[in-house]
Amino acid sequence: MKDVINFKEWFLQKHNTFEDSLNGENTYLMHQIRKEALENFNELPLPTLKDEDWRYTNISPLLKYNFNIVTKDAKISNDTIQNYRFNNLKSHLIVFVNGQFSAENSKLLNLPNGVVIGSLSDAIKNNPEIVEKYFNKNTTNNHQIFAALSTAYTKDGAFIYVPEGKIVEDPIHIIFITSSKDEKIITQPRNLFIAGKNSQLTIIEHYISDKENIYFTNAVTEIIVNENAVVDHVKLQEESKNAFHIARMEVGQERNSNFTSHSISLGGALTRNNINALFNDEGSECTLNGLFLIEGEQLFDVHTLIDHAKPLCNSHEHYIGILDNKARGVFNGKVLVRPDAQKTNAFQKNKNIILSDQALINTKPELEIFADDVKCSHGATIGQMDEEAKFYLRSRGIADKTATAILIRAFSSDVIKSIKIKQIRNYLDELLSKRFSQ
Amino acid sequence: MLEIKNLHVNINGSKILNGVNLKVNAGEVHALMGPNGSGKSTLALVLAGREDYKVTEGEVLYNGKNLLDLSPEDRAREGIFLAFQYPVEIPGVSNVNLLKTAVNEIRKYNGEEELDAIDFLDLIKEKMKLVELDQSFLKRSVNEGFSGGEKKRNEIFQMAVLNPRLAILDETDSGLDIDAIKVVANGVNKLRSKDNATIVVTHYQRLLNYIIPDFVHVLYNGRIVKSGGKELAMELEEKGYDWIKNGSEEVVSG
Ligand SMILES: Nc1ncnc2c1ncn2[C@@H]1O[C@H](COP(=O)(O)OP(=O)(O)OP(=O)(O)O)[C@@H](O)[C@H]1O
Ligand SMILES: [Mg+2]
Repeated sequence: MKDVINFKEWFLQKHNTFEDSLNGENTYLMHQIRKEALENFNELPLPTLKDEDWRYTNISPLLKYNFNIVTKDAKISNDTIQNYRFNNLKSHLIVFVNGQFSAENSKLLNLPNGVVIGSLSDAIKNNPEIVEKYFNKNTTNNHQIFAALSTAYTKDGAFIYVPEGKIVEDPIHIIFITSSKDEKIITQPRNLFIAGKNSQLTIIEHYISDKENIYFTNAVTEIIVNENAVVDHVKLQEESKNAFHIARMEVGQERNSNFTSHSISLGGALTRNNINALFNDEGSECTLNGLFLIEGEQLFDVHTLIDHAKPLCNSHEHYIGILDNKARGVFNGKVLVRPDAQKTNAFQKNKNIILSDQALINTKPELEIFADDVKCSHGATIGQMDEEAKFYLRSRGIADKTATAILIRAFSSDVIKSIKIKQIRNYLDELLSKRFSQ
Repeated sequence: MLEIKNLHVNINGSKILNGVNLKVNAGEVHALMGPNGSGKSTLALVLAGREDYKVTEGEVLYNGKNLLDLSPEDRAREGIFLAFQYPVEIPGVSNVNLLKTAVNEIRKYNGEEELDAIDFLDLIKEKMKLVELDQSFLKRSVNEGFSGGEKKRNEIFQMAVLNPRLAILDETDSGLDIDAIKVVANGVNKLRSKDNATIVVTHYQRLLNYIIPDFVHVLYNGRIVKSGGKELAMELEEKGYDWIKNGSEEVVSG
């Protein structure tokens, strides 16, 4: 085996090769942004267990590999993609193979004038003024080493722009598929979604792989929800059980906007999600829900931050964890209510079920409230399988495993039933019953 | 159909059943009575397959098979049904979902085709009438927020749908008014046939006016201390259990 080069050193070294592979994506502005990000990446230390934010998540397994940067196109058959589409759901489809847009696999339905759905790579060339206005505007990205890595290597990802007043009726299904033979690769989807004033859209970010390979997905998604816009977002992680997945989602909400996100995950070897939602103005609503099912020795970590920077906003958060075997989960939900943010409503719930003796969850609600006229609540529970209920079901002739699946489905139902698209709920039902009837 | 021989059961290390003997033939109805804590529910739950109740001695034959070797679900698939004294609430699982899964798993086990949605619904509707339950009830979560009476009726409804060969009703009459008792009794009587058998656990003779038992047994301190015909239930109603308790002690000391 070849010696492994230090994680940071590796990406610093590879950056030249990466920039050489760029074509039209290498505008002056983007070059500057990448360069600056690479400097940040160089200066930021890698997180360790001593960092409060990474207390329970040891990234050392990730540091054992040098992940190759993909410059060649890979091909995926439409049949493979078809397996991951939702039955009977009419949707726009855009596919990224190893991080790069695949026109062959993608298919858009009719769209209202001015709506752009496609790749960031194209947007850099064709819509530079929009990219310039919205890309990487959240400065916290610059202080996060993995986000800095993403920015330094910005090349492609999903780009959606819905102009003022436009409504995209059908959901936009974005599939990120990682496919490689023996090579351990990194893919860095960089997604930018902009919902104009009074617009509406539904986005499904769907991460999959064709094999149980070791690879690294380092994703950053930026979502701008302008005044009175409505965005419904779903993220579905169905990747290799050996994958590393580090993802950051930054949501900025303007006045009277409505953002809903459901993050459903079957985990990888190590998964870390950071989800930050910021109320930039009054009168908005944000829902962050999630469900993760992990087993084996999987580690799943989600850190959320809802920043009530302005008054009169509502947030709802509900995360459900289902942990089996030696899996470990981390839920850290921070709600910040700034001094100005009077009349805030913020509700948070985290419910976990542990199916074995050795699985473990660390759950931590963090409410920081600096305003006095607010309604906030939080609650975390950790429980076990309800054996009485299971016996009751079995006594009706239902097999042990089916009974488990039914009870897990019931436990998850609060989150699943709040997903608006029925076809996704059905898809998840199937995933759950498959997962628990093996 | 069912033969219980010298059954001893421990719960958490304490002895609850101390040598129960009972034989139930097809076509019969047996009433099982006895004071609180005598072990009636324990016996019922052991027959249904509660795994944390440890059988330390004895055996149970069901249609010639060793019942204690079967998983709870296989017992149900072989035709055993327990109406729980305390039906479990299962939030998030609808009554209809439970029944549909149960019916089809039982059919699969018995080599029958699964019922399609329409046939299933027909079956359900027919049985709902039997227990006078409202349609809206199907979508509700199993027993969640049900009144005591609704829970008991739900047990009988499930029994009617699953059509067991051996039904064990554990105090299905407790806390019910007379109209509800008639509904329960009617449900049981409709299922009575020469191929089926029923064990009715009860404290009250009242139910036995509507479900006429062939035999009445008294369980005390984990053993059946007295058996008789339906008159025994009347006698117990009149005199209580003390005369039997005393009697049983005499037996022990004698
Ligand atoms: N899980 C348990 N752990 C310990 N003891 C138990 C448990 N369940 C029941 N017991 C004990 O077993 C004995 C028999 O209980 P059981 O419920 O079988 O009685 P029962 O005859 O059904 O009473 P009732 O008429 O009140 O329903 C009681 O002393 C009870 O306290
Ligand atoms: Mg009892």
